[in-house]
Amino acid sequence: MNSLASHLPILPVLLPLLAGIVLLALRNAPSGLQRGLALAATLALIPLAGALLAAAGSDGPLVYRLGDWEAPFGIVLVADRLAAWMLMVTALVAAFALLHAFRGTDTAGRHFHVLYQLQLFGLNGAFLTGDLFNLFVFFEILLLASYGLLLHGGGRLRVKAGLHFVVINLVGSTLFLFAVSTLYGVTGTLNMADLAVKLAQTPPENLALVETAGLLLFGVFALKAALLPLHLWLPAAYGQTSAPVAALFAIMTKVGAYSILRIYSLMFGADGGPVANLLAGWLMPLALATLAIGMLGAVAAPTLRQQIAYLVVSSVGTLLAAFALASTEGIAAGLYYLPHTTLGTAAAFLLADPIVRARGAHVDRLESGPPMPGAPVLGALFFIAAIALAGLPPLSGFLGKFMLLRAALESPWLDWVWGVVLTAGLVGVIALARSGSLLFYRTLSSDENLPVPRATDWLPAAALLGTLLGMTVWAGPLARYADATAVQLLTPQTYIDAVLGPRP
Amino acid sequence: MEALVALVIGTLTACGVYLTLRGQTFPVVLGLTFLSYAVNLFIFVMGRLAVGMPPVISSVASGYTDPLPQALVLTAIVISFGMTAFVIVLALKARAELGNDHVDGLNREEDAPR
Repeated sequence: MNSLASHLPILPVLLPLLAGIVLLALRNAPSGLQRGLALAATLALIPLAGALLAAAGSDGPLVYRLGDWEAPFGIVLVADRLAAWMLMVTALVAAFALLHAFRGTDTAGRHFHVLYQLQLFGLNGAFLTGDLFNLFVFFEILLLASYGLLLHGGGRLRVKAGLHFVVINLVGSTLFLFAVSTLYGVTGTLNMADLAVKLAQTPPENLALVETAGLLLFGVFALKAALLPLHLWLPAAYGQTSAPVAALFAIMTKVGAYSILRIYSLMFGADGGPVANLLAGWLMPLALATLAIGMLGAVAAPTLRQQIAYLVVSSVGTLLAAFALASTEGIAAGLYYLPHTTLGTAAAFLLADPIVRARGAHVDRLESGPPMPGAPVLGALFFIAAIALAGLPPLSGFLGKFMLLRAALESPWLDWVWGVVLTAGLVGVIALARSGSLLFYRTLSSDENLPVPRATDWLPAAALLGTLLGMTVWAGPLARYADATAVQLLTPQTYIDAVLGPRP
Repeated sequence: MEALVALVIGTLTACGVYLTLRGQTFPVVLGLTFLSYAVNLFIFVMGRLAVGMPPVISSVASGYTDPLPQALVLTAIVISFGMTAFVIVLALKARAELGNDHVDGLNREEDAPR
């Protein structure tokens, strides 16, 4: 295999990196050229992710050895079904958020497009890498780019939220390094497949060390995923930043969820020998508590964007509750719910932007304001987004939650999952109905002259909501793919054999 | 030597944690620096402590020290150096924009959601 196809797994990593470098060189070029390049590079990720989805679906995990060094000595990229799935979600969110940025965010400061591409470089790399230290490096890349994007455009509140975000993530990175190096000290390897083999043979005297490192790693991923009680940084950071960046950040918490799923199914999964099922008993209560707190936060939020940020927190709770079931059905439900919630919250953040603009001095505070120009369109879109976020039929959120509830039937957590998920759904409906009626119905008369939103203001959000419709229509094939992904994750031997080669 | 190194890492971490929890941005930045020093040393000694051993293959060597943690720590140093530079600039910007160096900034009336 010497064709381009054998290099497919590295292309989603290389493309944004090269685009970022070219855009850095072109930073003084006219903004039209920069936009064209950035859009071309971002849109190209969609067919690449599609090709990987197809390839990973038919041939099993694709392994790319960098420099052709054999695993476990070299670094490998592994494109299995899960990685390809995450790449596709990232590519979709990134494309629509970038389109929204063209209406002015990208010219509010320099280097927006460079940082955006580097953020995609970090995200794609984190999903594809098969090496634990390399995962740390890609985390740092995506975080450093996200610091820049978060602060893009400036403003006092943004700087304040950004400072908290940066400091807490730097502490998280330090803990990540402690955990990774402890694992290296015990096992002498960093390749995830090799770690899975070595950890399954942990001698009893090292068990405490390995468990400490494994739980420390969980703490780091929980911080990135905004799991309770490490969720407090999220509402301020997401609520203060610009709309396209907040939409792109909808995928950032999912990086944490992805890492939890990957590490704890591969290395500490059911086949893990002495370290098997390390998270059992931890993940489910934390996930359900996160779901509950997120929904309560959404009810109490004083502004629309903070409300959406709290809905991101609660969606992480739902997602991890599904993963915590650790059954094929549970993980499949989570994998179907993941693109839904990512695309849905991204659309809501993009939609909040024209709403803020159309409310003049009231911005996005949840209070009665002047009647909004363009309210029929914005209101209709808000209604669809609210249905999606609350998980009501007929959109994909309902299907995802239904799959989760059905998967929980056989679980010992049945009462808790049903109780919390259904109550949280009801609370979510109340929260969103309240903001909808405050924003669109209970208006005050005013002679303020507010700008009428143009079609370009809400089209990207509408398109994202359209993808949710697509997810509902093609729910069958998507659920089958998610099912096969879950099966692949629960048989880590496939992954290990693909990376290390078949062994006795 | 193991005890000494462990003591040094422990002290650095303790200082780092304490300083990170302070209210002003300058001690927080210092604390993050201490934490990254501690973790760099920690990575380094995860290859086990060996004195006078070569990391690369040689015909006269009686034993070897693990070269991989040295490569890892180099990466970690570069990253933490870049991050420290960034957080210093951010702290200065926050000082300028928020009017004081408290990590929560000065809460002005117009910032509160009404």
